[in-house]
Parts: sequence; structure tokens; C-alpha cells
Amino acid sequence: MVDITPADGIPPAEVAEVELYHPHSWWTKYIFSQDAKVIAVQYSATATGIGLVALVLSWLMRLQLGFPGTFNFITPEAYYQFITMHGMIMVIYLLTALFLGGFGNYLIPLMVGARDMVFPYVNMLSYWIYLLAVLVLVSSFFAPGGPTGAGWTLYPPQAIMSGTPGGQDWGIILMLSSLILFIIGFTMGGLNYVVTVLQGRTRGMTMMRLPLTVWGIFTATVMALLAFPALFVASVMMLLDRVLGTSFFMPAISELGQQLAHNGGSPILFQHLFWFFGHPEVYIVALPAFGIVSDLISTHARKNIFGYRMMVWAIVGIGALSFVVWAHHMYVSGMHPYFGFFFATTTLIIAIPTAIKVYNWVLTLWRGDIHLTIPMLFALAFIVTFVNGGLTGLFLGNVVVDVPLSDTMFVVAHFHMVMGVAPILVVFGAIYHWYPKVTGRMLDETLGRFHFWVTFLGAYLIFFPMHYLGLMGVPRRYAELTDMTIMTESARHLNSFISIMAFIVGFAQMVFLFNLIWSIRHGREAGGNPWRATTLEWQTPQTPPAHGNFGKNLPIVYRWAYDYSVPGAKEDFIPQNMPGSFGPSREPT
Amino acid sequence: MAVALVLVLIVVGSVSFHLLSPWWWTPIASNWDYIDNTIIITFWITGVVFAAVVLFMAYCVFRFRHREGNRAAYEPENKRLESWLTIVTAVGVTTLLVPGLFVWSRFVTVPSDATEVEVIGQQWQWSFRLPGKDGKLGTSDTRDVSADNPLGIIPGDPNGQDDVVVEAADLHLQVGKPVKMLLRSIDVLHDFFVPEFRAKMDMVPGSVTYFWFTPTKTGTFQVLCAELCGQGHPLMHGVVVVDTQQDYLAWIGQQQTFAQLSAPQKTGSADQASGTMASGLNVAAKLETVGSR
Repeated sequence: MVDITPADGIPPAEVAEVELYHPHSWWTKYIFSQDAKVIAVQYSATATGIGLVALVLSWLMRLQLGFPGTFNFITPEAYYQFITMHGMIMVIYLLTALFLGGFGNYLIPLMVGARDMVFPYVNMLSYWIYLLAVLVLVSSFFAPGGPTGAGWTLYPPQAIMSGTPGGQDWGIILMLSSLILFIIGFTMGGLNYVVTVLQGRTRGMTMMRLPLTVWGIFTATVMALLAFPALFVASVMMLLDRVLGTSFFMPAISELGQQLAHNGGSPILFQHLFWFFGHPEVYIVALPAFGIVSDLISTHARKNIFGYRMMVWAIVGIGALSFVVWAHHMYVSGMHPYFGFFFATTTLIIAIPTAIKVYNWVLTLWRGDIHLTIPMLFALAFIVTFVNGGLTGLFLGNVVVDVPLSDTMFVVAHFHMVMGVAPILVVFGAIYHWYPKVTGRMLDETLGRFHFWVTFLGAYLIFFPMHYLGLMGVPRRYAELTDMTIMTESARHLNSFISIMAFIVGFAQMVFLFNLIWSIRHGREAGGNPWRATTLEWQTPQTPPAHGNFGKNLPIVYRWAYDYSVPGAKEDFIPQNMPGSFGPSREPT
Repeated sequence: MAVALVLVLIVVGSVSFHLLSPWWWTPIASNWDYIDNTIIITFWITGVVFAAVVLFMAYCVFRFRHREGNRAAYEPENKRLESWLTIVTAVGVTTLLVPGLFVWSRFVTVPSDATEVEVIGQQWQWSFRLPGKDGKLGTSDTRDVSADNPLGIIPGDPNGQDDVVVEAADLHLQVGKPVKMLLRSIDVLHDFFVPEFRAKMDMVPGSVTYFWFTPTKTGTFQVLCAELCGQGHPLMHGVVVVDTQQDYLAWIGQQQTFAQLSAPQKTGSADQASGTMASGLNVAAKLETVGSR
């Protein structure tokens, strides 16, 4: 790095740098590491591992739906266990952990120009508690009665009753315990990400110069810190109902002729708590994806992100609005019907900042210099998928349209499109983009393109037709579609087709995993900045970055993150830490 | 180039699928064609937006793909364009929301001439209760549920004595007469859903929920449970028969009231009780078969 003196407008350092903890052994360097980059890899590897379990579960449930009556071991009980664990793993233990624990840990310190997270020790604890939460979750597969089959929403009263798999066994207890652990672990990490963004930025890195990736992860983390407590208390209360016989969520119940000892509780209260967490959770997964995809598009189209300030305010606005829309998951829950007016209105308002983000992504492509690299392909696929899934949200958010569609396959198709496939496409794009920084080598291009096309088109073919099954009235969470007058023969064929596509898409992920492992040793050498990107993580003296990230001196930031194709500049990108002026600055301030 | 082509094909394919595929909603049999119309409006608006965005992307990918010597434009912001897009989006969203809320207000406003019918869900069967000659349903409490009183009608309530009890059997409704479905569960959440009627609502133990509709076609319709209620959930089917007035009166004449069912000296009570057992066992037996398959 060039030794530069602070230029005009760059304040001098206010506090001296604090010495980092330096590992002394292999154990403290790679296992009990306090380096955010190692923790990021640990988080990502664990999330991928448990994600593979969720992938296998999805195959099993598609076997049952596509070829009913063929596989004897998939009993209704087992089917409900599969869907429950698939949903919970994908939403919490894979997507949340990967975006915040994985990408957050790796990218925040590097992108804001910090040596590490501000509380490295707490950061390390965060991972180990997350791992414990995953192990508790996995243990439920081996517990008597198996894991819970209550659906990922865990609605009481059935979640803790004997008609539901795991309800009166260990399944639900382990599930709730695992969630409680996850939230404790996440809080430790989350506080770190927030404080690092607010306090750990290098000189010159104002909030309005942060890459949108950081804005997305930062806002999502703030939201998670506010939303997860609702799930935490709901989990504790349900655990008390189940273990100590309290009645938070349990009214008087007559179960198969037996009066239960509960009385006076409210099942709807749980739904409010769950969705007060659950709706922001959608955006906890989506906002990091929004941020990352903005940077992928900008970098690979060699053009500044269009409307940066609008993008920042859209992220913050979506984050805030997402706390007042939760009951759109409950239009037919039996809550007071007048709530429908309020929540339909807030829900459709949130479509406006979301649409602005979409416009700004496609307008970034306009008059760009589009390199169709694999990260760019995934970014384009994300836009298609996200627009599709977002638009079907306008069906379900509009209260009266939701009445026939809720609890049908339309809902399953919608949320898989918008918060399953779309964010995962961003995860893939991000991995192809940052893998060279993490390992120093490029992922294989041919395997990557194969992986991209099969995943994108396959996932679209799975979930687009599925909406129409829901429109027919086919309910979700049906282990059996037998004896149903609405199920036509052709609808059964469609189900088989969807299942076959699911196996193909799943297979493509194996190719991706092979690529990830194979390229660590055999990939093409990447160099420090293979994409010719502006942000600070590409300007590190070593690749992969060493402990402490930036060598002797921290970088000083002179410009925003999107100086691509600046008129008058020789190169088509100007790193954030490069001083100097190139004509009148058009950086938004 | 290939990428732009694929993007165009996605739009063409999706629209063709929508127009040509055999998978569409079941013919409607209630007054809620308002809901169907709102869905159609939503399909149009969202379809146009989807096609516009993806085709615009396809054009950009084709027109601005990297070639040697290309350089991107430098345009951080365009306030005019951004404001215009915001306004157009707001207008589009309002066009969806306003009819939606209008129809919702109809959905939640029960007409005064609607007759009340109670649906009782339990793992995993449907029962029904209709008001007797007094036109009123008696009050109920889950704590009063017993083998002799499976719906938990409070025995001391005189309004409940003449209530017609249809336990684990088909419900009949009269065509053209609005009904307010009062929904109740004695164990877990259920959801009374007849796809042809379009309407549905969860049933929550401890409270009574409702929705209303007017059946517009005679015929036999299948009831599905639309809220996960344990492992018997997919088998919790029921039947609603929409009758002409004549058929309806014939049917209701054969039904028994709560007082008749709970009078111990009548032999009908014992028959009914054993019938209930059999029906309950049916689901259990069905589950057994599915489980052991």
C-alpha cells in the first residue's frame, strides 16, 4: 500500500489502534480462532453442511409428492418431519447463518477497512454457540419419536400434542432449545456486526460511502436483533407449555375424547409473536442479498450502482416497514378481520421501495459494459426470480386475494421463489465473486456455467408451475393428495415433473460442491483483484488477506464504492482508497 | 446473446404457460367471483410488470454486453427518472389495493339475512350444528365435550336443546341462501376450505371465527382442511352438499336435535354414539393403512 498522508476532508485517527489477539497455535488459529475471516468460513461450512441435510429432506418430500404410494418409508409422520426440518434449516440455520455469520463476518471488517470485528472473542463464541444449536437440531433426528413434524411455523396447540410427530416426544423440545441457542449465538455475532459498522470504519469511510453489501447486512442485523427476541420468548413460552404444563398458547382442549389440563391460553398469541419475528426474517435474508447483488451488478457491469442514496434509503425503509406487516401471514388465522385493512395497506406500501430497488438494478445495466461472468449471470437470474416472487407477493399481500390462496401450494411457490431461490442465487453469485479473495483461486468456469444454468432454469421450472397447483386449490402440507376431487390426472403429472426437476437441480449442487473443493488446489490463480473492483477487500496487500487484513497501515478512503468508468480516469475503476480527483466529483453525498 | 435470448424465452414461456396450461382454478360455486376478478386484475398488472422488467433486462444484456473498447456511462443518479418510477409504482400498487380492500369490506360484512351454521373441527373429522326452530345456536364450551356431547354444547342452555347436530357426516346447504359459517375447534387449529367457494378461515380452539358466502350452484363439494392439524391432516376430508330448497328441507327433517341425542332413554343416542366411534376409527384405520404401507 502506498504510504499517504491524509488529504483534505479526511480526519486524523481519533484513537490509536488496539493490538489484535495473535494466535499462538494451530488450535487458536484455525479452530478457536478470533479472526472474523476464519469464523466466516466456519459459519459457512457449518451452514452448508446442515443445508445439505435440508436438500436431502426436500428430495424425500418430493419423492412422496411426485410418486405417491411408491416409497413405503415415507409415512405421513415422516413427511411432516421432513417438511418441518427442511423449512427450519433453510430459513434459520442456512440462510440467516450464511448471510450474517458467513458473509457478514468475512466482508464487514474488510469492506469498512477494519482489522477485525470489534469484539473478536464474543465473535468466536457466537460461532460455537451456533454450532451447538445445529448439533441440538441434528440430535432430534436420533431422539425417540424423531424430530418435530409441526411445520416450520410450529403453530400450537398441535406442535406440542400427540397427534403431531415429536409433539409429546423429544422433537419439539429439542427444536425449541436449538432455536433458543441459535438466538443467543446470533445476538453475540449481531452486536459485533452492528458495532463494527458504526465504530470500526476506517478514516474517510463515511456511512454514505459504504458498499451496499455492508448496508444490507448492517440493516438486516439491526432487524434481526429486534425481531429474534419475539421468537425467543415464544420459544421459551412454548417450552414451558410443553414441559411444565403452563397455558400460554393452550386453551381448553379435548383431544380424542380426553380433556387436557390446559385452559385459557391463546394460540393466536403465538402466531403474532412468531410472525413479528417471521416477517422481518424474510428481509433479514433478503436485505443482505439485495446489498450483495447491487455490488455484483455494479462491478460486473463496470458501472456505478444507479441511485445509490435511493438504494440506501430503500434498504432502511424496507427494514422499518417490515416490522408493521407481520399479520399478512395471518389473514385467515381468525384474528379480527378489520386488521386486514391495515396490514394489506402496509404490505402493499412495502412494494414501492422494493420496486425501486429492482428498477435501480436494471437501470445499472442500462448503458453499462456488461461482463457476463458467472457472478453477473447469477445476479441476472436473481432479478428474474425475485421479480417473479415479489409480484406474487402482491397477490398474497392483498388481503382478499389471499383468502383462496393462503395455505395452498401458491404460497409454497411464492416464498420459495422470493426468499428461497432468489437469495440462494445471490449466495452462489457471491461465492463465485469472493471465492478468489478467500482462497486466492478462481472457481472452475465450465462447472460454474453448468451449475448456473441448471440451477436457475431448473428452479424456475419447479416453482413457476407450482403456483398454478395452488390456484387450483391444492393445499400445502398434504402428505397425501389422494381422494381429492380437485386433483386432476394432469395435476398429478405436473407434481411428478416438479419432483424430477428437483432431483436435477439438487444434483447440480453436488457439482458446485465439487467445484468448491477441487478449486481450492486446482483453480486458476486469481491475483488480488481479479474483477477489477473498487471496494477495500480487493485492495488488501495479501490474498487471502492475512490476520489484521491490511498490513501495517489501515487504508484511507477517498471516494464512494462505485467509481466505475469515471470519465477521464485511465482505468474503468478507481479503488476507494486511491486519492486524487478526476474532474468534478459526482459522488452522491 | 444466449443470455438475452433465454430471458426473452422465460417471458414468452411464462405467459404461454399461463394462457395455455390446463391448470386453473376450479369452477366457482359461490358469490365470491369478486375475489376471482381481483385475482385477474392482479395477474394482468403483475404480468405486465414482469414482462417489462425481464424484457428490458434482455435488451440491456444484448445491447450493452461487453465488447472490446466499450465503456460504461457514468450516471450516479437521475432524480427525475427515479421520482417518475416511484409515482408509477405507487399508482400501480393503489390500483391493486383499492379493489382488494373494497372486496375485503364485503367479505367481512355479513348480510343480516345470513343463516348461521356452525362447523366444528377435531382431529380428524368435521361436524356441523344448525340452529333449531328458535333460530339460535346454544352456547358451547370445549370443557363440556364428552362422549354424549361431542360438540360441547352447554347442557343448561335452552337455546341449544333444539340445535340440529350433524356429527361426522355431510353438511347440506340451500342454494342461493347466504350462510354465516361459525367456525370452532375442540383441539388444534383447522381450516374449513372448499376450493369452489373460494373462502376459508382458520378454526381456533378457544374462540369462534367466521366467514360468510352464498352457495350459487347445487352439487356435492369436498371440504379440505387447510391448516396443518397433525398427521391426519391430509385425510381430513368432508362433504358439503348444496341442495335446492326442497331437497334441503327433506334432509333437515331427518336430522336429530341435541335434546334427542342426549336423552338417555332413546335408543337413537346409543346408535349415534357407536356411529361416531366407527367414524373416528375410520380415520385412525386409514392412518394405520397409510402408516404401514
